[in-house]
Amino acid sequence: MGSRASTLLREEEIEEIKKETGFSHSQITRLYSRFTSLDKGENGTLSREDFQRIPELAINPLGDRIINAFFPEGEDQVNFRGFMRTLAHFRPIEDNEKNKDPTASEPLNSRTNKLLFAFRLYDLDRDDKISRDELLQVLRMMVGLNMFVSQVLRMMVGLNMFVSQVLRMMVGVNISDEQLGSIADRTIQEADQNGDNSISFNEFIKVLEKVDVEQKMSIRFLH
Amino acid sequence: VPSLSPFPFPFSPSMVATWMDGEKASGLGSNSSKGGLSLDVPMALRVFSVDYYHVQAPFEIVLWIMLASLAKLGFHWSGRLPAVVPESCLLIMVGLLVGGVIYGVRHSAPPTLSADAFFLFLLPPIVLDAGYFLPGKLFFENLGTILWYAVLGTLWNVLGIGVCLYGVCLLASGSLGDVSLLHCLLFSSLIAAVDPVAVLSVFQEIHVNEQLHILVFGESLLNDAVTVVLYKLFESFLRLPVVTGVDVLLGGCRVLGVGLGGLGVGLFFGLVAALTSRFTSRAQVIAPLFVFLYSYLSYLTSEMLHLSGIMAIVTCAVTMKQYVEANLSERSNTSIQYFLKMWSSVSETLIFIFLGVSTIQDVHMWSWAFVCSTLLLCLLWRATGVILLTAVVNKVRRNVVTFRDQFIIAYGGLRGAICFSLVFLIDDFPKKRLFITTTIVVILFTVFVQGMTIKPLVELLEVKRRKRNLPTVSEEIHSRLLDHLLAGIEDVVGYWGQHYWKDKFEQFNQRYLCRFLIREERQARSSIVRVYQELERRDERADEEHITHVDVRCQTRPHLLEEMDSIRRILTRNLHSFNNKQIPAYSRHTLHGTPAAEGRKPLRRHQSLGGKHSPWSQVTPTVHSITHSSIQPYS
Repeated sequence: MGSRASTLLREEEIEEIKKETGFSHSQITRLYSRFTSLDKGENGTLSREDFQRIPELAINPLGDRIINAFFPEGEDQVNFRGFMRTLAHFRPIEDNEKNKDPTASEPLNSRTNKLLFAFRLYDLDRDDKISRDELLQVLRMMVGLNMFVSQVLRMMVGLNMFVSQVLRMMVGVNISDEQLGSIADRTIQEADQNGDNSISFNEFIKVLEKVDVEQKMSIRFLH
Repeated sequence: VPSLSPFPFPFSPSMVATWMDGEKASGLGSNSSKGGLSLDVPMALRVFSVDYYHVQAPFEIVLWIMLASLAKLGFHWSGRLPAVVPESCLLIMVGLLVGGVIYGVRHSAPPTLSADAFFLFLLPPIVLDAGYFLPGKLFFENLGTILWYAVLGTLWNVLGIGVCLYGVCLLASGSLGDVSLLHCLLFSSLIAAVDPVAVLSVFQEIHVNEQLHILVFGESLLNDAVTVVLYKLFESFLRLPVVTGVDVLLGGCRVLGVGLGGLGVGLFFGLVAALTSRFTSRAQVIAPLFVFLYSYLSYLTSEMLHLSGIMAIVTCAVTMKQYVEANLSERSNTSIQYFLKMWSSVSETLIFIFLGVSTIQDVHMWSWAFVCSTLLLCLLWRATGVILLTAVVNKVRRNVVTFRDQFIIAYGGLRGAICFSLVFLIDDFPKKRLFITTTIVVILFTVFVQGMTIKPLVELLEVKRRKRNLPTVSEEIHSRLLDHLLAGIEDVVGYWGQHYWKDKFEQFNQRYLCRFLIREERQARSSIVRVYQELERRDERADEEHITHVDVRCQTRPHLLEEMDSIRRILTRNLHSFNNKQIPAYSRHTLHGTPAAEGRKPLRRHQSLGGKHSPWSQVTPTVHSITHSSIQPYS
C-alpha cells in the first residue's frame, strides 16, 4: 500500500510539501496513504462527508469545527496539499528549529501559529475576536453529554453542519445556560484587557502563556 | 548438576496437611465409629453425635474464610477507621490476634501459610482479577516504562541491596559471619520484589491518576518474572560448588526465557479460551467457568514448566477478555466479573490474615544490625533507583513522571506475601530463621508504616503543589478545547502518536482474530453501533467522576469567590477530561460502571440498521478498553 501511494504522488510535490510543512519524506508518504484511504470518491480531494465518516471524530464535541478547519474559506473540497498544511500545525517543534533565521517566515508549527489555529476554532466569523456568543457556543459543545442522538442522526442521514448544530442544542444539556453564561463571562473577564468584552488574538496568547502549548498541540508523527 | 525438585517446601503444619490427616483419620474412624455404633446399639441409640474428624478439613477452611470475611465486614462498618488505616493493616492485626489466641490455647505454633497453598490457591485469583480488569490500552502505552522499571529497577535493587547487606555482614562478622554473598543476594532477590497484592490494597486508599496506577501496578506484576528467576538462579548457584561467568550468562538468558515463556503460555490459553467461548451459546450457564478454568490452567502449566505463572495468567486474561465479552451474554459477563472480584477479595483477605497469624511462631532469630540495615537499604535503593530510572525515561515519554509520581512509586513499593512465601522455600541453613524474621519485619514495616503514612504524605505534597499553580478558568476551558482538538486531529491522522504497531494490531485483530473468535452475530459491523458503544463508555466514565474539587482561594478577584467555586465544580463535573484522571480504572472492591449500567438498557437494534435476526436483536454494550485506533471506515 505504501509503494502504490508514493507512485501516485510525484517527487516534486513531496519536495514542495516538505519545504512548506517541514514533514519528512516518509511521514508525507504515510500521511498520503491515510489521505487516500479516507478519500472514498477517489477524486484526489476530501469532502466534509469523508471526514464525518471517521467514527471518533463524529463523537468529538468539536468534530465539526475541526473538520471545518481543514477546508479553506468557502470551499468544500480539500486536496492533499491543504490537508498537509493543516496537519503541519501539529508537528512538534524541534530544537534545531527554535533558533532559526528570524527574518524567515514563521513555520506553520510555531507557537503563535498553533495558538492561531486554536483561536480560529472559536472565532467562526473570522473577525479576529472571540465574542461572548462564540465562546458560549463552544462551551455548549464541550459540555453537552447527550449528543448521541444528533450524532447518529447526522451520520445516518448525512445532515449538513448547521442542522446538526441546531439539533445538538435541542438535545438536553446537564447545566443551564445561565451557568454557562457566567462561565463565559468569567473567561472573557480574565482575558479582556481593552474592555471590548471580547477576546482578541493577543489577549488569547497572553491568557495561555503559562500553558505548554507546544507540547499540548503536538502529535508525534511517526518517521 | 543437582536437579531441583518441583516443590522443595519444608512442610509446615498447614491446612492441607491437616486435611490429609483428617482424611486418613476419618477413613479409619468411619469403620470404627460404625463398629462403635453397632456396639452401642443394645445400650441406647445415639440420637445426637458429633463427628468432627469427618468434616475437619473443609470445616476449618470455611471457618478461616468466614473469619476473613467477617473481619472485612467489620472493617467497613467501623466508622472512621477505614479512612486512616488501610485494610491490609487491620487484617494483619486481626491475624496477629487470632494467631496469639491459637498459640495461647494450643501452646504450639499456629498453622502457617504454606508456600504451596499460597502460590497455588491464594495468589492466582488475585492476579487473574488484576489481569482481567487491567486497562489494556493504558498498559500497552506505558509498557516500555513499565518494563524499564520492572526489569532494570528490580536488578538495581537486588544487586544493590545484596551487595550492601554482604558488606554489613562482613562488618558484623561476629554474629553474621556465616552469611555468604550468595545468601545475601538470594535474600535481596526476594525482598526487593514489590508485591502486587499489597500495592493494590493500599492504592485503593489514595487517589492516584490512572497513569501512575498502571505504572506501579504493572511494575509489580512484571517484576515477578525477574524476581522468581533471580531467586531460583541464586538458589541453584548456592547448590553449585563453583559459580562461573557462563552460569551468570545462562541466568540472564533464563530471565528472558521465563518471561517470554509465561507470555506464550498465557497467549495460547487465552486464544483457546476465546475460541471455546464462541460455542457456549447453548450452555450459557457454564460459560463463565471456562474463563476461570483456562486461566488457572495457564497458571498451573507455566508453574509446571518453571515459567512465570503470574505473567501467564495475566496474559491469558488480557488476551481472552475482549473476545469472551463479545461472545458471552451480559449476565455471564457480570457473573465472571463478580466472581473474580469475590475470589480475589477473599484471597487477599486470607493472605493478610495469614501473614498476621504466621508471625506468631517460635522460629524467630533477631539481629539488630541485619534487620535495620535491610529496612534502610530497601528504602534507599528503591528511592535512588526510581529517581535515576525516571530521569532517563522522562526524556522519552510524552507524559512525564512528575516528582509526586516518583515519590509514590518509590514509597509505594510495598512488600507482601510473595516475599514471605519465598523465604520459606530457602534451603535450610543456620541463618534461615534470621531471614524469616527480617522478611516479616520488612513486610510489616512496609504495610503498616508506609501504608498508613503514604496518604498523608501525598496530601502534603498535593497542598504544596496546588499552592503554586492555580489554573484559571480560561486556562481550563482552553486546555479542554486543545485536548478535544488534539483528539480529533489524531483521529483524522488515523494513528495515535507512536502507536503504529497498535494500529497494525487492531487491523489484524479486526480482520482475522475477531472473525475467528467472535460469534457471527456479535461482530459489530455497523459503525453506528461502535459509536454507540464508545459513547456508552464515555458516559459511564463521566458519570463516575464525582470529584469534589478542593477549591483554593482565587488570588485575583476575591469578590467572585463563591462564583469561582461553583464554576470549578461545574467544570470538573461536566467537561470531558482526558489525561490524569483522578480515579483509577481498576478497583479491587467495586465493579467498573455498575451504578450507571443499572439504569441503562442495551440498545435495541432495529431491523433497518441491519440487525441479522429478530427485529429487535439485542446488542450488549460491552466495556472495551479505550481504543483510539483507526476503525475501518464505514463501508
